Amino acid sequence: MTDAPAPPLLTIRALRASYGKIAALKGVDLDVRAGEIVALIGANGAGKSTLMMTVFGRPRARDGRIAFDGRDITHLPTHLVARLRIAQAPEGRRIFPRMTVAENLKMGADATEASAADHAVDLERVLGLFPRLKERLTQRGGTLSGGEQQMLAIGRALMMRPRLLMLDEPSLGLAPLITRQIFDAIRTLNRRDGLTVLIVEQNANQALRLAHRGYVMVNGEITLSGEGRELLQRPEIRAAYLEGGRQRA
Amino acid sequence: MAHPSSDTHSAAPPHGFAFILRRALISAAIALVLFALMIGVRTEAGPTGVLIYWTRFGDLAALVGAVFVGSIIVELIRTFLGPVEIARRVPDGLRNGLSALRRFAVPALLVFAVLIPVIFYQQRYILDLSILVLTYVMLGWGLNIVVGLAGLLDLGYVAFYAVGAYSYALLSTTFGLSFWICLPLAGILAAFWGMMLGFPVLRLKGDYLAIVTLAFGEIIRIVLLNWQSLTGGPNGISGIPRPTAFGIPLTAGPDGLAARLGIPFSPTHRIVFLFYLILALALLTNWATIRLRRLPIGRAWEALREDEVACRALGINTVVTKLTAFALGAMFGGFAGAFFATRQGFISPESFSFQESALVLAIVVLGGMGSQLGVALAAVAMIGGFELFRGFDQYRMLVFGVAMVLLMIWRPRGLIGHRAPSVYLARRDAIAADLVKEGHG
Repeated sequence: MTDAPAPPLLTIRALRASYGKIAALKGVDLDVRAGEIVALIGANGAGKSTLMMTVFGRPRARDGRIAFDGRDITHLPTHLVARLRIAQAPEGRRIFPRMTVAENLKMGADATEASAADHAVDLERVLGLFPRLKERLTQRGGTLSGGEQQMLAIGRALMMRPRLLMLDEPSLGLAPLITRQIFDAIRTLNRRDGLTVLIVEQNANQALRLAHRGYVMVNGEITLSGEGRELLQRPEIRAAYLEGGRQRA
Repeated sequence: MAHPSSDTHSAAPPHGFAFILRRALISAAIALVLFALMIGVRTEAGPTGVLIYWTRFGDLAALVGAVFVGSIIVELIRTFLGPVEIARRVPDGLRNGLSALRRFAVPALLVFAVLIPVIFYQQRYILDLSILVLTYVMLGWGLNIVVGLAGLLDLGYVAFYAVGAYSYALLSTTFGLSFWICLPLAGILAAFWGMMLGFPVLRLKGDYLAIVTLAFGEIIRIVLLNWQSLTGGPNGISGIPRPTAFGIPLTAGPDGLAARLGIPFSPTHRIVFLFYLILALALLTNWATIRLRRLPIGRAWEALREDEVACRALGINTVVTKLTAFALGAMFGGFAGAFFATRQGFISPESFSFQESALVLAIVVLGGMGSQLGVALAAVAMIGGFELFRGFDQYRMLVFGVAMVLLMIWRPRGLIGHRAPSVYLARRDAIAADLVKEGHG
């Protein structure tokens, strides 16, 4: 990283969102700078996924501001947010089960205006990152294992040539080995291609090891933030998310 | 119903005699309850208008007995065979043979379709039936865009068929426009109404969408029925001009096509012309669908069927995607409607009842959602089958219902349940739907 901090790519200020009368986000501030991996950790129901979804316009922001690359995107509809090349691997993966792996990846490519040749290059890159998808290109998405589906969801997002990749709980329900493969892939993407990543995770240990910076969310509010490794050392984090919860990987 | 679950296919379940007997008794009891009043008591209006009834307990006993014995036989067969998974039992060689057959089936069917008027030139009945079947093939393909590809359950498709038919009928009888000008207009008007339906139902899916589309279909029919001044109400519109071969009438007169070609006139010429017209229209629908499936909009339709939220996250405008699906499906329905009007020469709201929508939807579902060949085969089977069983008279619907139930047990995803990928890589390697189950783990 250079000395002068890069300008934030994604800026979230005083963001509020709610489901009916239940407030899910109570004034959240968050920055993601270009070339950074940022982890957002917190317990179930803290509002992590809601924050990600609010960036995409569903649910709508009640108050506050979301800006991407200097442009206000607070009230932009979902598909237009995506067209700014903010890609997401959403919660529950949401791949297209009856379509083949190749078609799923093509769906990501359709979102870009890149040429067919560029698509081929992108496809090679994604398949290089997740070789297991290469063996399954002609298989239907629904027949893949959970880990492969997660790889496909990330691969599909990468086919959009994202400027910002948002991952919602990529480790959910996966074996530790698969989780590590996926986290390694994210690290590679960040180091090699300078991809900016916002990752929402319950797996605080691995997420904070991966991330440059981290935010901790409790009840719709950011309670802590700082460097990933530094957060990992904090006693309150250790107590809340590590020792009481998951074992060290 | 014994469920042939995948974890029991190694050994046949040990179904003892007691089990079979119990099953048969339950089936017989259900049959008794069902048929007690339907078969057991016969009611009729007597000569003075009073209700007379008599009992037919003998018939009832025979029926329940048949169900009992039949149930035992079915269970015995099932125990003997074990849970059958046909797909797994078919040897590879045969399966490869079948897939080769499928490759030849489409060109062979196409050639046969083109040759039908040549082969059956003397048999007016077969020609008429073929035209009817092709009309439903076209409607099936049109609805397939909406239901099969985009996954929008549309129970009011007949509305667009009606819009197309009335557009042609009104434009030609009022303004004297020719069929070839009215055909695209009918398509455009139907597409417009497709969008009109699309807008209010954008946020609906599944059952709710089905109900609203059903209502829409009924609204159109009831408007046609009641707007006397424009549509003639229940009397319909008659004297709709017959189609011309691009301006040359197919009549016996001196400027008819036959006279110009110097061949003796025959009324069959018009039938043959209509046949090729609907064949061309149906193939146009098919061609457009196949082309669109390989374009981003086609992929977007299919993705929309699978997961709307994911679609938006991929930058797809779901509003536009849904509306284009509705509009295009409706447009082909409109073409078919215009054809229907010119073939019949007379239309009335009676032809556009909900039953037509249900029939076309059944064709799409039976054919296997999204499969073009499946839809065509289902249309042939449904409409052709209907005619075939005409001799069975009152049992026709029964035979038909049984056939549909059996088909849905045998092939729950329709005749051709597999979906051909639209993105090809090095080799084409389609996987039959019944070989792989969806896993969400």
